[in-house]
Amino acid sequence: MKPVNQKAWLLVLPVVLCVAFSAILPLMTVVNYSVQDIISPERRVFVGTEWFKSVMRDDDLLEALVRQIGFSLAVLVVEIPLGIALALSMPARGAKASAVLVIVAISLLIPWNVVGTIWQIYGRTDIGLFGAALARLGIDYSYTGNARDAWLTVLLMDVWHWTPLVALLCYAGLRAIPDAYYQAASIDGASKIAVFRYIQLPKLRGVLMIAVLLRFMDSFMIYTEPFVLTGGGPGNSTTFLSQYLTQKAVGQFDLGPAAAFSLIYFLIILLLCFILYNWMQRVGTTDKAEVQT
Amino acid sequence: MARIELDLAHAYKPNPKADEDYALLPLKMTFDDGGAYALLGPSGCGKTTLLNIVSGLVTPSQGSVTFGGTNVTGRTPQQRNIAQVFQFPVIYDTMTVAENLAFPLRNRGVGAEKIKQRVGRIAEMLEMSGQLNQRAAGLAADAKQKISLGRGLVREDVSAVLFDEPLTVIDPHLKWQLRRKLKQIHHELKLTLIYVTHDQVEALTFADQVVVMTRGRAVQIGSASELFERPRHTFVGHFIGSPGMNFLPVSPATSGVRVAGHMLALPSASRWVGGEAPLALGVRPEYVTLAMPGAPEALPVQVTQAQDIGMYWLVTGSVGSGADKRVVRARVSPQQAIPRVGDTAWFGVVGPHTCFYRGDELIEEAAP
Repeated sequence: MKPVNQKAWLLVLPVVLCVAFSAILPLMTVVNYSVQDIISPERRVFVGTEWFKSVMRDDDLLEALVRQIGFSLAVLVVEIPLGIALALSMPARGAKASAVLVIVAISLLIPWNVVGTIWQIYGRTDIGLFGAALARLGIDYSYTGNARDAWLTVLLMDVWHWTPLVALLCYAGLRAIPDAYYQAASIDGASKIAVFRYIQLPKLRGVLMIAVLLRFMDSFMIYTEPFVLTGGGPGNSTTFLSQYLTQKAVGQFDLGPAAAFSLIYFLIILLLCFILYNWMQRVGTTDKAEVQT
Repeated sequence: MARIELDLAHAYKPNPKADEDYALLPLKMTFDDGGAYALLGPSGCGKTTLLNIVSGLVTPSQGSVTFGGTNVTGRTPQQRNIAQVFQFPVIYDTMTVAENLAFPLRNRGVGAEKIKQRVGRIAEMLEMSGQLNQRAAGLAADAKQKISLGRGLVREDVSAVLFDEPLTVIDPHLKWQLRRKLKQIHHELKLTLIYVTHDQVEALTFADQVVVMTRGRAVQIGSASELFERPRHTFVGHFIGSPGMNFLPVSPATSGVRVAGHMLALPSASRWVGGEAPLALGVRPEYVTLAMPGAPEALPVQVTQAQDIGMYWLVTGSVGSGADKRVVRARVSPQQAIPRVGDTAWFGVVGPHTCFYRGDELIEEAAP
């Protein structure tokens, strides 16, 4: 019989406590709210899955969810290739490399609400460089009046703010490729495209996975910048999930539905990350033999 | 395929002045078509630099590289049509073994039928036929290195195949196999092979001609027996052989040479009297004999160690005392009486295989 040593539980106890206080307990309070109707601090009623059902039937919320998924996908589609391209064109070593790194990293150092403010001014057609330039070119642009313009401006702002993160991750990944790979490719007569396709891209898999997950999670939770820039408008065109949630929880003080929705929100992120992660783990690594047969 | 001629020097720094600034001191070298060569030397001696200059990954700062009479100094590895295998396996992760082997051919637009035939042939040589459809990334290090070797050998028309310590990551027992494979492939394909290594056994078993290098200098080019019998430089004597050659500083007199206070009879020694650079006697442990006490070619040696190395005994002793004390090693056959530690034995050091060096260089006419 295998010896059983119950003392091992003692050794994992510190981790269990840390996780409990940092994640599980706070989450449980949300679970607690999500199944009760709190009328006043003294009066509360257990409502079971009532809030979940009502939240799922909420059309505004479903619209926000669709808008959110569209936005996050757009962020990935634009930022990942752009980040890779940027990383590929950055100098590899020397003083130039340091200078370029600092310049690229600048937007990452700006607080989120400042980013929102910057773009709010930048996009104004009267005094903002971007808005005024578009207006001068005869383009009818208004991020406060036109839903499409507002959505595109938020996307552009996110691309400006976060593409450098993808670029820096990819840059680090590229620098980690040993010279021998490039030398071997040059001796094997590989073209630049082949070097990218067969050496750089496969070697970037690890950092790209992190980049995709980070950008997906962050963009899925975007709040501050659109809040400052558009306030969710015009109409609801830039009201993403976080903002909708805040309106519910803080604005209307509907704690029950807000808690129920928080949990759903959390599970959606978890599920999508899981799917993305597994897809990226597998892509490009399937045995060709299996595919052929 | 072509004869490769080098006449060059290389420094990674601009404006080299002292010898230390050079990764490669000025050298002239020829690699004949179809030959198997090894560049042998300790780490940092310039052998990889030399290899990269031949392949075109590095452009020499002075001089030229010619392939079959054509100056290729400024050309890329692709234009030179060189294949090179690196120290650590380089494989294309997303490809299968077959696709990896086919890559150099596909990039050059070789037809599908021809590719299939070449890949099949190389895979067979490397005993990888069964793994052709496996993904290369999942294989063990030695299999990956075999793929790298295969990619180097898959093109028929290469000017030369260069190996940069390709067996570093391979297990010792597989090393033997792979080295034999390479040798066999050399016989079958008749390609020019240049092999860089710091392992003398690897170099001497693989190559017909070995280039021994140290500190950016090619000190001797020769066959295994030349390097063993007549090292042209004391470094070669030290580096080749296990243990290396014994070197004893000597001062010449009219009828012999003086070693650590003892006189060795050597009639030809008189012509070295008055030379500038220090003189040394070199003799391989294999050629040190056990002599009769007082023999004119022998030194009295205080035995400090006697080790049984299997096929022979390695007897270590010292001659002289104080600052003049020198260590001499001898390989002694177990059939002979092995001197014991503490005994005084007479080691015969002057014979037909003894070499003499002035300032580290062999004195060519010195054979007594």
